[in-house]
Amino acid sequence: MYKLTIIEFSGKEHRLEAEDGKSVMQTAVDAMVPGIMADCGGSCSCATCHCYVDEAWIARLQPAESAERDMLECALDPQDNSRLSCQLRMTPQSDGLVVRLPKSQV
Amino acid sequence: MRRDDVFVVIGAGHAGAELAVQAREQGWPGRIVLVGNEQALPYHRPPLSKAYLAGSASLETLALKARSTYDKAAVDLLLGRQVSRVDRAAARVDFEDGASLHYARLAFATGGRARPLPAAASGAESASNFHYLRSLGDVDRIRTRFVPGARLSIVGGGYVGLEVAAIAVQHGLKVVVLEAASRVLARVTAPRLSSFYEQVHRAAGVDLRTGVQVDGFQLDRESGLVTQVHCSDGERVDTDLVIAGIGLLPNTELAARAGLAVDDGILVDAGSRTSDPAIVAAGDCTRFHSALYGRSIRLESVPNALEQSRSAAATVCGKERIHDSAPWFWSDQYDLKLKMVGLSHGYDQLLLRGSVEERSFSAFYLKGHRILAVDTVNRAPEFMLAKRFVAERIPVDPERLVDDAVPLKSLLPAA
Repeated sequence: MYKLTIIEFSGKEHRLEAEDGKSVMQTAVDAMVPGIMADCGGSCSCATCHCYVDEAWIARLQPAESAERDMLECALDPQDNSRLSCQLRMTPQSDGLVVRLPKSQV
Repeated sequence: MRRDDVFVVIGAGHAGAELAVQAREQGWPGRIVLVGNEQALPYHRPPLSKAYLAGSASLETLALKARSTYDKAAVDLLLGRQVSRVDRAAARVDFEDGASLHYARLAFATGGRARPLPAAASGAESASNFHYLRSLGDVDRIRTRFVPGARLSIVGGGYVGLEVAAIAVQHGLKVVVLEAASRVLARVTAPRLSSFYEQVHRAAGVDLRTGVQVDGFQLDRESGLVTQVHCSDGERVDTDLVIAGIGLLPNTELAARAGLAVDDGILVDAGSRTSDPAIVAAGDCTRFHSALYGRSIRLESVPNALEQSRSAAATVCGKERIHDSAPWFWSDQYDLKLKMVGLSHGYDQLLLRGSVEERSFSAFYLKGHRILAVDTVNRAPEFMLAKRFVAERIPVDPERLVDDAVPLKSLLPAA
């Protein structure tokens, strides 16, 4: 189990226990975190699980592949630290990860 | 709403699972019961014809939500249970095993089932190598014969048929697709898209035949297996495995027998209310008026099921959440990510942007200057923008639309 913190746009924090290999999206859905809709179920098709990765963690995550980068390009309110949480898997490297949710997903 | 009020959700697919958990999040104070007729924890259906069939996704990864999520939301799961009747006068759900449940509010999320193949009535349906593809159980059975070298006949060139064909040919099966219409995906896309997908499948090694009606099956008397598919043009296709995917029938019988208004779908409004104020419905089993298209529609779509469920959960909790988003769909085949938004019915012009040869293009279905629908192939950024053009009915200049040098984003009105 790893530590994962998801911060809603409102500032409300969710401190979660995440299983090894599970995506940030699925961990959030399982914990009923509002703001992660994940309509396509993690197939990188909808961008309703968009999040901003805390600066300290960006370099420690696997970089986005082209399908994810394409989706993010025209997502609402993209930033340099934007990721799709369905594509982020929890690993020893991401233990302690902190992500924030965008305004469009309130 | 009182603490002893029970909310019963019939159907544990995408719509039902979302509805039950959302109702708790929206504030339902009493018991919530989610009833499903399969044993498995509610699961993602789209991967069934893709990653799960290919063996690259495990059963665990298919779960829509973890079991602990239902515990956390205090949703009682009644899995592997069949509802036999809804008695609205008594506000009661009866089960086939004789049990029953009283409800204060009820939801139908009964989904759909595979449309039966008329030619299968001759006995093929009981053969252990003849399958429809709708449930986890279907795919588990298919997988026992889904082996390299096997001769697979797919009846129907729709999304399910073509997704299976792509996985199968990559898995080393010998694949024949038999489509009755003159082209694949005829119900959902323009001829240009159909011919593109036909060409891609043929290049991958699929024996794809259009304009071919299946009118019967040869069964081996001893094994009971289908050995040949009979086509109306006299063609006989030797086969080890048959998968039929010719569309979906909404599961409306239970609702109709209960006296709810049903017309090829349980009729609901934008708040997912049925003709009975105590009952909502969501997902593939419903039909509703689309404000965007000005007509009644029934969708076979995961995003629609989820959106409608969120509206239904709000309604049940005495809130209002209008459902009127632009419908969207996706289909992954080979390296092609097809994403579609809107309904193209009634278009008068099809415009292409990008390069079909380079497998990166978008097809716009226009009526005048309005974009009714867009199909994008390997163009995710344009899909994201297309959702806005369709949902917000943003008029476009066709000449600029087809110019790939003009960023699509620049055609949006200035904020």
